[in-house]
Amino acid sequence: MARHTLSVLVEDLPGVLTRVTSLFARRAFNIHSLAVGTSELEGLSRITVVVEAEGDLLEQVTKQLNKLVNVIKVVELAADASVQRDHLLVKVRSDAASRSQVVQAVELFRASVVDVSTDSVTIEATGAADKLAALLEVLEPFGIRELVRSGTIAVGRGGKSMTDRALSKN
Amino acid sequence: MSNGSRITPSVMPSHATRDKREKSESAADRLVPGSNRVIGPQTMTGSQAIVRSLEELGVTDVFGLPGGAILPTYDPLMDSTVIRHILVRHEQGAGHAAQGYYLASGRPGVAIATSGPGATNLVTAIADAHMDSQACVFITGQVASSAIGSDAFQEADIVGITMPITKHSRLITDAQDIPQALAEAFHIATTGRPGPVLIDVAKDAQQADMEFSWPPKIDLPGYRPVLRGHSKQVREAARLIQQADRPVLYVGGGVSRGHASVELRELAELTGAPVVTTLTARGVFPDSHDQHLGMPGMHGSVAAVSALQMSDLLITLGARFDDRVTGQLSTFAPKAKVIHADIDPAEISKNRTADVPIVGSVKEIIPELADAVRDIHGESGAPDLSEWWTVLKRLRETYPMGYTPTEDGLMSPQKVIERLSAHSGPEAVYVAGVGQHQMWASQFVQYERPHQWLNSAGLGTMGFSVPAAMGAQVGNPDRVVWAIDGDGCFQMTNQELATCLINKIPIKVAIINNSSLGMVRQWQTLFYESRYSNTDLNTGHDTIRVPDFVKLAEAYGCVGLRCESEEDLDATIEQALAINDRPVVIDFVVSRDSMVWPMVPSGVSNSEIQVAKDMTPDWDEED
Repeated sequence: MARHTLSVLVEDLPGVLTRVTSLFARRAFNIHSLAVGTSELEGLSRITVVVEAEGDLLEQVTKQLNKLVNVIKVVELAADASVQRDHLLVKVRSDAASRSQVVQAVELFRASVVDVSTDSVTIEATGAADKLAALLEVLEPFGIRELVRSGTIAVGRGGKSMTDRALSKN
Repeated sequence: MSNGSRITPSVMPSHATRDKREKSESAADRLVPGSNRVIGPQTMTGSQAIVRSLEELGVTDVFGLPGGAILPTYDPLMDSTVIRHILVRHEQGAGHAAQGYYLASGRPGVAIATSGPGATNLVTAIADAHMDSQACVFITGQVASSAIGSDAFQEADIVGITMPITKHSRLITDAQDIPQALAEAFHIATTGRPGPVLIDVAKDAQQADMEFSWPPKIDLPGYRPVLRGHSKQVREAARLIQQADRPVLYVGGGVSRGHASVELRELAELTGAPVVTTLTARGVFPDSHDQHLGMPGMHGSVAAVSALQMSDLLITLGARFDDRVTGQLSTFAPKAKVIHADIDPAEISKNRTADVPIVGSVKEIIPELADAVRDIHGESGAPDLSEWWTVLKRLRETYPMGYTPTEDGLMSPQKVIERLSAHSGPEAVYVAGVGQHQMWASQFVQYERPHQWLNSAGLGTMGFSVPAAMGAQVGNPDRVVWAIDGDGCFQMTNQELATCLINKIPIKVAIINNSSLGMVRQWQTLFYESRYSNTDLNTGHDTIRVPDFVKLAEAYGCVGLRCESEEDLDATIEQALAINDRPVVIDFVVSRDSMVWPMVPSGVSNSEIQVAKDMTPDWDEED
C-alpha cells in the first residue's frame, strides 16, 4: 500500500477534525500522521494527513471528505511536487562521556540541542521523513528516552497557493 | 509548479458552480429557502427565533414531542398560526413522519425532539433519511451550554452520535446564530444530494434574547453542489448510447428526488432503450409503459435483472449500484460499459467504475443528454434496437411477475396487494415497512407516477410504514394513503395510530399478517433447513393472536377489520376506502409459506436468479 499525503483545508470550527478523521476510521485506514494548524486565511485551518491506502479507496475517502460541509478543499500532495517536513523532539540518554558523540551526530544532521541535563540531551530536528529516520538510527545506540513528532506538514512547490479561490467571497 | 492535484478533477466541471456564484454578488441571499421576506431587527428569544425562522422558511407542518431541553421552544410554537405541530407518541415516529412528508410532498420534513433519549430516539429515522437521501431537518434541544459535557440529566452528544448519518449537523450555543443555522440547514438539506441535517440547540440559547432579522446570510464556503453536467461528458455519453446494441436505462431514486420523471420519459422514448427502476425509483417511469421491464435486484423481475446482465451499456441515472441491485459485484452486468450520472461525485465509481461519469442533477443532465442524442440521430439516424427487444420481450413473456396459489388455504399476500392496488389506483400513496410485504408491494402495486411509492430502502427500517404514512398523509391530505405493513413491522411503531386518530390523519393500514418475521423466515426456509429460530410472532391464523390487531385498532379509536378469505377481499378493501374520517386497520390473514420470488440469493451472481425455489431460467436460449 502506498503512502499518500493529503492537505485538507477546513473551516476552523469545533468538531471538524472529528468529522475528517472519522471518515478515515470508517474505512479502517490507519492515519500515519496528522498535523493541524491555522492557515494564512482567518477562520480556515489546514490539516495535513498521511495515510496508507490503495489509490481507489483513497479516492473514495477524499470524495467523502469533499462532501463535508466544513471542508473547503482537499488536495493530494505528491512527494516530487511538494515540500514535506516533519519536526521532532528526541530525548537521548547521554552523560559526560557520550555527550560529545551525540552532539557530533546532531551537527552532522544539522539538528540542534535544545536541552541538556547530567544524563540526557534533548534534540530538535526538522526534515524530510528519511532524514529524520537516519538521525534516529544514529541516536538509537545511545538510548532514546522520549520521542515526540509533529506529524508531516507539506506544501506544494512553486508560486501557487492551495487556498487560491478557496473562498468564493474572497 | 504544483499546488497539489485536486482530487477527481475528471468528474468535476472546472469551477462551474463557483463561476456561477461569482457572477451574481447577491446570490448568497437567495440561497435561503422560502419567501425571503425582509424583516428588520427585532428583539426576541432564541425560541421565538426558532419558530419564526421555521415560519419564514416556509414550514407549515412539524412532527415532535417535547421534553425539558426543548420546552422553551414549545412555548412560542403554541402561538404559531402558520406551523401545525403534530404531537407523536415516540420520537422515531416523528422522524419517519418527517421522511414520509418529504417523500410524498417534496417539501422538507421537520421533526423536533428533546435532548438525550428524545434525540437518540430520532437516530434510526436520521440514518434512514441519510441512506435514502431525504431532505429532513431535525431540531433537538440540548442541555444548557454550561452543563454540556458534564453528564447532565438527559444529556447526549447527539451531534457526535449523528455525524456519520447526517449530511450536516451543528450545535447552537448562541441564540444569535439561530436564524442563519436554520436557513443553512434547510439549504443544505434540500440542495445537491438531499439529506438530513440536525440542529442541536442548547437550552440557554433558546432562552436568551437575540436580535432577529431575515433573511440571514448563507455562509458555506465548503458547500457547492454541482448541478450542470459537463457538456463534453454528456456528448460522450450520447456517443456511447448511439453505439450500443443492448443499452439499459438503469434508473435510481435520484430521478425521484430530482423530480425528473418527465425528462426521463422523453429520453427513454427518444432512445427506445428498456428502463429498469430500482426500489427507490418505482413510479418515476410508468409500469404500464412498454419500455419498462420492472425492478432490478435481489427480488427484481427476470426481465429487469437479465437485461442488466446482458447489457452492453448501462445508462445509470441517479442510482448507486447498491448491493441489493448488483448482487455479486464482480459478475454484475459483465459486458456493459457504464454511463453514470449522479449529483454526488462520491457515488461515481464507488462500486462500479464508470466509463463516462457525469456529475450533476439528473433534472439538468437528462434533457442535455436527450439533446445530444437527438443531434446524433440527426446525423446518423436512430440505432436499431429490435434484436435487443426481441430478447427482452421473450424474457418478459416467459417470466412474468406472478405467484403460485397457497397450499394451506389461506390468502396469498400477493393477491391482497394486487387487489389493494386495483381498488385504490395510482393516485393513492403506498407506504411499506421492510420485509416480504415491502417486496410484494414493490412488485404487485401498479406504479404510474413518482412519489406514489414510499419505503425504507437503504437502511431497511422495520416500523417505517405507519409513521411515514402519517407524514405522507399530512403532506398530501387529499390522497388515499395506504400503509402496507407486516405484522412484525406494525408492532414496532403502531402507537402512532393515536397520533393519527387525534389529529384526523385518516391513513389506511393493510397488515399483511403472516404471523411471522416473514423475510427472515423465508431465508430460514431456503438457507437454514427450515429451522425457524425466533421468527414466529403468533399473530395469525390458528395462533393465540397477540396482539389482536382488530382490537388493538379499536382501542386506538380506529376502525379495525379482519379479512381471512379471498371472497371477502374486495368488499373489505372497499369498506376501508369508504372510511375517511379516521384511520382504518385491516388485518389481512395470509399464508406464512408464501415467498418472495424471483430471488437472487445473497452473494451470488445475478445470473443465478431463481424464479421459484431452485428454479433458474434456462439461459441457453439467450445469446
